[in-house]
Amino acid sequence: MREPRHSDPDPPRPADAVRFEHAAVQVGGRTIWSDVNISVPSGEFCAVLGPNGVGKSTLVKAALGLVPLSAGSVTVLGQPAGQSGRRIGYLPQRRSFDPGLRVRGIDVVRLGSDGERWGVPLPFADRLLPSRRAARERVAEAIEVVGATAFAGRPIGQVSGGEQQRLLIAQALVRRPSLLVLDEPLDSLDLPSQTAVAALIARICREHGVTVMLVAHDVNPILPYLNRVAYLARGGAVCGTPAEVITSPTLTALYGTPVEVLRASDGRLVVVGEPEAPARHTDRHGDQARPW
Amino acid sequence: MVSADLAGAAGRWLASAPGSAVPTWNLVSDIRQMLMFPFMVHALRAGTIVAVTAGALGWFMVLRRQSFAGHTLAIVSFPGAAGAILLGVSVSIGYFAVTIAAALVIAAAPRSIGGRARSSESAIIGTVQAFALACGALFVSLFGGFLNGVTDLLFGSFLGISSGQVLVLLAAAVVTLALLALIARPLFFATVDPDVAAARGVPVRLLSAVFLVLLGCATAEVSQITGALLVFALLVMPAATAQRLTARPALSFTLTIAIALATAWLGLGVAFFSAYPVGFYITTFGFAGFVLASAWREGGRLVRRRARRRTPSAVVAAP
Ligand SMILES: Nc1ncnc2c1ncn2[C@@H]1O[C@H](COP(=O)(O)OP(=O)(O)OP(=O)(O)O)[C@@H](O)[C@H]1O
Ligand SMILES: [Mg+2]
Repeated sequence: MREPRHSDPDPPRPADAVRFEHAAVQVGGRTIWSDVNISVPSGEFCAVLGPNGVGKSTLVKAALGLVPLSAGSVTVLGQPAGQSGRRIGYLPQRRSFDPGLRVRGIDVVRLGSDGERWGVPLPFADRLLPSRRAARERVAEAIEVVGATAFAGRPIGQVSGGEQQRLLIAQALVRRPSLLVLDEPLDSLDLPSQTAVAALIARICREHGVTVMLVAHDVNPILPYLNRVAYLARGGAVCGTPAEVITSPTLTALYGTPVEVLRASDGRLVVVGEPEAPARHTDRHGDQARPW
Repeated sequence: MVSADLAGAAGRWLASAPGSAVPTWNLVSDIRQMLMFPFMVHALRAGTIVAVTAGALGWFMVLRRQSFAGHTLAIVSFPGAAGAILLGVSVSIGYFAVTIAAALVIAAAPRSIGGRARSSESAIIGTVQAFALACGALFVSLFGGFLNGVTDLLFGSFLGISSGQVLVLLAAAVVTLALLALIARPLFFATVDPDVAAARGVPVRLLSAVFLVLLGCATAEVSQITGALLVFALLVMPAATAQRLTARPALSFTLTIAIALATAWLGLGVAFFSAYPVGFYITTFGFAGFVLASAWREGGRLVRRRARRRTPSAVVAAP
């Protein structure tokens, strides 16, 4: 990832990599959220936060053009959503691989570079054709950037969750995207891995000028690196710097019920009283007060 | 094949009692003896075509965990062929028409990208399978006496394959494999990582449907040699064996084809010198390969674990 994106001449860079304007989404006739205004300036690290089921994954899918808006607009890298697919690296929410899947990590990463092309990869083409050789080098490079070289040759179902997550980040990175969309990449990682992966993403953002939009349910591991936070609620969203957004008055106004933000002595933030979304589809978190 | 026009060499060979060919245990002369019979040449050609097709489609089927769907398509081919005989149309048409129709039904079953609708999918597949078997039973009872043909439909026979049928198999195989080659990489993507593939614009559902139709074609082809019940030997065993041995996609794909070919040739060769159905031998060799591969892998793992356990103690012993 030394010289990102010098090969393709980009259209002139808009100031905002992602911009939602008065956006709303309906799934199955139900409005998930409405009147959402979010902007992520190019090259910044932005977190999307909110309680379970509020529609964070739906938000990133709308940015990718996978879910249509019912109102408003979304612009991604200067184009309507869904039209800059090649320049976006996407990591969907927690997908685990079947432990019996006999495909190596490096193959999964490689799919990120040419998976949607029709036809069969010709045997040995990646040694002979210069363009294929370059693609091969990019795969190796992406794997190196995330520190996955040691286990990229093992079947993906047999490496640990954290190792899978690194490989998947490499897959999202392999095309040197301008925008990385990561849906809960820290989910199910232990604390040291969370810290390491968060630092890794921040480094990619800083050193390669990649805009990062990251969904999280715990802001603390990424808090030191964040430029921006989008807090999502049913009626809308607030977007701004962490210091502006993660405060008792802002969140109380957003949710319409008293929400308190406490700062622990070690700098960690704890959000108390945040309401549950009306219809929850998972019950991963039963507790009311969560460390954010 | 049930149309079993046991004319020519096959008839003469059968007339002199099945299994009367005696192996000399000299490989070259045995093979030469086999190839003297045109029916055997046809069988080997058909077996080769079918092995390559089944291996290629089976590799994706095993990777996609769609063995249940594949099994159902195989079962469906039985009432297809039986119905075709009943209606007096070509058996090949019966095989292809019915398996492709069943593939479309299965493809229409809801199957969410995240795999949440798996259970409803397998319920539909199970229903298709049960219905197919019931139809098969109905057709058999409508047949009246012609039970000999039914055994062939279920367990396979390679005696009556004509050169015309070999050509039909070849044409079907070329079309099936060409289409598979066209969709191979996106299909692999959609199999391994459906969410990201969909986000990249890969038509995941369409590919899944196309794959099922191709699988139906392959099943129709294989059934004509191994019979409806033993299709699995060529469809599942080689791919499962190869994927046990290696996690490299290109290598395991090549290995799958090689194992399928070896199984088919060995099965046909041994069946020539014995009185029992070819499907039995193909299945037996396929299964033997699978067991050997599993033993190889488990053995390797055991050795590695032991080696790993020994290393730290050696370090401690030599400070
Ligand atoms: N395919 C679907 N059909 C119907 N409703 C859906 C579908 N997908 C999501 N929803 C609903 O949309 C809402 C938002 O879902 P989404 O997955 O975006 O939430 P989330 O904020 O990402 O939650 P989590 O923190 O659990 O990941 C939920 O109420 C969910 O029940
Ligand atoms: Mg989510």
